[in-house]
Amino acid sequence: MTTMTYREAVRAALRDALRDDPRVFLMGEDVGRYGGAFAVSHGLLEEFGPERVRDTPLSESAFVGAGIGAALNGMRPIVEVMTVNFSLLAMDQILNNAATLRYMSGGQLGVPLIVRMATGGGRQLGAQHSHSLEAWYASIPGVRVLAPATVADARGMLLSALQEEDPVFMFEHATLYPLEEDIDDVSEAADINHAQVRRAGTDVTLIAYGGTLAKAMEAAHSLEARGLNAEVLDLRTLRPLDMPAVLASVAKTHRAVIVDEGWRSGSLAGEIAARIMEEAFDALDWPVERVCSVEVPMPYAKHMEDAALPQPATIVATVREMFA
Amino acid sequence: MTRAAKRAGAHAKAPAVPAPSDNAELLRTMLLIRRFEEKAAELYQAGKIRGFLHLYIGEEAVGVGAMRALTPDDNVVATYREHGHALARGLPPGCLMAEMYGKANGCSRGRGGSMHFFDAGRRFFGGYAIVGGGLPIAVGLALADKMRGDSRITACFFGEGAVAEGEFHESMNLAELWQLPVLFLCENNLYAMGTAYGLSEAQTDLMTKAQGYKVPAESVDGMDVLAVEKAALRAAEAVRAGKGPHLLEFRTYRFRGHSMADPELYRPKEEVDRWREHDPITNFVRHLQSEQLLNHAALTRIDADVTRTIEDAVAFAEAGPWEPLDGLTKYVSAR
Amino acid sequence: MPILGADMKEGTLTEWRKRPGDSIERGEIIAEIETDKADVEVECFLAGVIEQLLIEPGDKVPVGTPLAIIRTEGAPEAPVAPPAEAPAPAAVPPRRPRREAVPVPAGRVRISPSARQFASELGVDLTAVTGSGPDGRIMRRDIELAARAAPAKPLEEAPDRQARMRQAIAAAMSRSSREIPHFHVTLDIDMSRTMRWLARQNKSRTLKERILYVAPLIKAVAVALREFPELNASWTEGRIVTKPSIHVGVAISLRGGGLVAPALHDTDQQPLDELMEDFRDLVQRARGWKLRSSEMSDPTITVTSLGEEGPDTVIGLIYPPQVALVGFGRVKQRPWSVGRRIVSRSGITATLSADHRVVDGHRGGLFLAAIDRLLQEPAKL
Repeated sequence: MTTMTYREAVRAALRDALRDDPRVFLMGEDVGRYGGAFAVSHGLLEEFGPERVRDTPLSESAFVGAGIGAALNGMRPIVEVMTVNFSLLAMDQILNNAATLRYMSGGQLGVPLIVRMATGGGRQLGAQHSHSLEAWYASIPGVRVLAPATVADARGMLLSALQEEDPVFMFEHATLYPLEEDIDDVSEAADINHAQVRRAGTDVTLIAYGGTLAKAMEAAHSLEARGLNAEVLDLRTLRPLDMPAVLASVAKTHRAVIVDEGWRSGSLAGEIAARIMEEAFDALDWPVERVCSVEVPMPYAKHMEDAALPQPATIVATVREMFA
Repeated sequence: MTRAAKRAGAHAKAPAVPAPSDNAELLRTMLLIRRFEEKAAELYQAGKIRGFLHLYIGEEAVGVGAMRALTPDDNVVATYREHGHALARGLPPGCLMAEMYGKANGCSRGRGGSMHFFDAGRRFFGGYAIVGGGLPIAVGLALADKMRGDSRITACFFGEGAVAEGEFHESMNLAELWQLPVLFLCENNLYAMGTAYGLSEAQTDLMTKAQGYKVPAESVDGMDVLAVEKAALRAAEAVRAGKGPHLLEFRTYRFRGHSMADPELYRPKEEVDRWREHDPITNFVRHLQSEQLLNHAALTRIDADVTRTIEDAVAFAEAGPWEPLDGLTKYVSAR
Repeated sequence: MPILGADMKEGTLTEWRKRPGDSIERGEIIAEIETDKADVEVECFLAGVIEQLLIEPGDKVPVGTPLAIIRTEGAPEAPVAPPAEAPAPAAVPPRRPRREAVPVPAGRVRISPSARQFASELGVDLTAVTGSGPDGRIMRRDIELAARAAPAKPLEEAPDRQARMRQAIAAAMSRSSREIPHFHVTLDIDMSRTMRWLARQNKSRTLKERILYVAPLIKAVAVALREFPELNASWTEGRIVTKPSIHVGVAISLRGGGLVAPALHDTDQQPLDELMEDFRDLVQRARGWKLRSSEMSDPTITVTSLGEEGPDTVIGLIYPPQVALVGFGRVKQRPWSVGRRIVSRSGITATLSADHRVVDGHRGGLFLAAIDRLLQEPAKL
């Protein structure tokens, strides 16, 4: 066992990938000389050279599209879009090309492209730098969407993603980069098809992903003091969703709260709630609850941002109402 | 000799002056495209082809001439006005017709339609309906080849309308910055749907724009298939030699509307008529006849051959099966 | 009529460019057609001689309609077939496969929330209902059928019922005594005007429609309560929660002993005859053990009137979480001072039992005074 931060874990996975497969290369803004906007790729340029670790101009559409073209032509590019906020400039390439080429070509072409993006709010960066758009990506047919929330997953899920023949979008919540946890010495590809129960419980299921996992765990801890035993389920994969895991948990606890940093309307939480209703209607003792971001552009002032984001206290209050 | 040079030599190089048999090929391919497009228009009006249909009539010299500079191993990226490029690249006319019918024996299994032809074996990478959408893809295809040391080049066809999109600028910059083997081929037919080029660009001189990216460029008469071929060979050779991306502008004109639904309110009839006098096929035939490189019998043979090919293509499409609906979700992902 | 655009369903011929007898070449313009966007010239794909024009300029026809008959020279070309009825497989998307039912623990009924509420309203026993929905789920229609098939089963057997009710009363009254700091204020109210008014009202009514004096008492309490919202409230978790509506719970004694105090809803807004009718219905159902659970939990205040055989004064215990109760003794003739004289008047003693955490004696007294005033103008109730 060794102790590692989330960013070191991603770096370790990138290093393994670059070393083991000559088709892999990293491309994005400031990934080389700057060492990565979040210091993820620190040292990789020195180790692998400018052909394998490529600094791009600020041209999201062109370099994401180039990643698609390179993937079509036999390479395994890992494109780093600095944050999901900037990915909007590349949405045409992502939706109309990456996600669609296999189908449009009748199966002739495939796009084995990985796009990594930092995501989420909570650092007082204002409305244009705090989006959580996982729901948009998770609604696109033809892609996989991953949200590693632990250090082990940050390393292992990237390694698994490299085996996929279709585009994979990996969301790294920006507040997780300094997270430090113990993980195995040996790097291994992690399962990317299943959710994981992080805390077993009996009274209510808290469903979370990425940046909200820690909040759900904190809420579960608070609830214990009040005699409520919450189960916490880390979704890990947002497309496809591991519904069997969700349903198994709800069948046990009969109550679900989904914690999602996206805006409530059109949220991934809404999709999960609909599926729980469709497939576990009879197991429910209470309507599925959602704790999402308030529908405002993310404000800068700390107290306002904190109020806009899902918080452990909100989760606790929501659960307590279910047991009033 | 370097490995790259050896590999380059291994590809059949097109001769500087086309041999007589090549002329017949040029003519046949242009005529095939013309008749194919006319047939497509007829079938569209009859309801056999649906959705959008963008005809290449008038622009045949560009696709045919440019394609002569490419080897079967090079990559081709085109737009939604791609029938001519696909035919010039060698995609079977029957498969293209069937694709427009929406049949399972179409080149994209009926999932793409007129705007989305793909042929992995012939390295024909589509077929893009978003103006400018193919340029970054072309950059990426070329990036992969360069990283591996492959000597392919990537030909990227696009209309002058794409010059207004950010993708054009981003792609030109990135290709030049990283010295990628992309041949940017701009088909300037003067109208982006109904918007005249001069009303859309502050700087209409594409050569100046290319200069701004330090990309070598040349402007060519797109109605003259021999001029197109010559310029394309020159530029392709430079790209193959590792001299970075090059841009060619082909001055051309589409004789029909943007698509089947276009009433052409934005350009005067006289202008269309004037350009028709430069019909690339008529001109080429006249040139060949005056140089006594083509006799009447050969022309008749070519015409008959093309007519038969089109008839066979339609029959192929008519006979093709519909993709069964239980295959609806196939090919969304690899699993 | 050709299809000239992706959405075109019909077109109007504006002009024929050829006449019957004219010859035509493939590719020649034969007509002009009006579409949504503009007038479009249409080419002919056949070569031959125009035999007959089938429609007139100005005619609007669906796409695919034959426009003209052309006699072709030489071998007739295979005509391009008009657009066929969608030959592609029917565009019904495949139905989502039925998923395996989520297991539910033994004893747990599969029932829709709506059906459950419906069952409670109709008094239907769920254990006797078969579900017709997916995986045996009980739906509203199953409840309807069950209700029609058998009359609503009495909720419980009588002896058990009695015992349980006793227990419930015991628990509630113990809690009331334990938790609520009661105080009481009393007022003797002159009922002569009300009784006279009632007598006049009841002259024209049958026995069944008679308004009993309890009705104006209840109404007066309800109306007076509008000015004293602190008495129309509940005390929960250390806070007073005033209620937006006034639902007076009326204490009804049951045969064989026991008491229930179900609600008359929006009592302050009900006309007196309706109130009386509802009260009668309530009494009947209470004695038949057919009250709804909402009636049991809705009262915001309780009125106890022990009737003509009852005592002079009723000092009651408040039903938690309510905060007040008004007890009325019997109406009886009694000496009354009017000025310096002593006369005989119908009077009633009203006692307010109130929660001292919520209200004080002064307000309580004013509340009783308000009830008194209302009972002096019975016609306005």
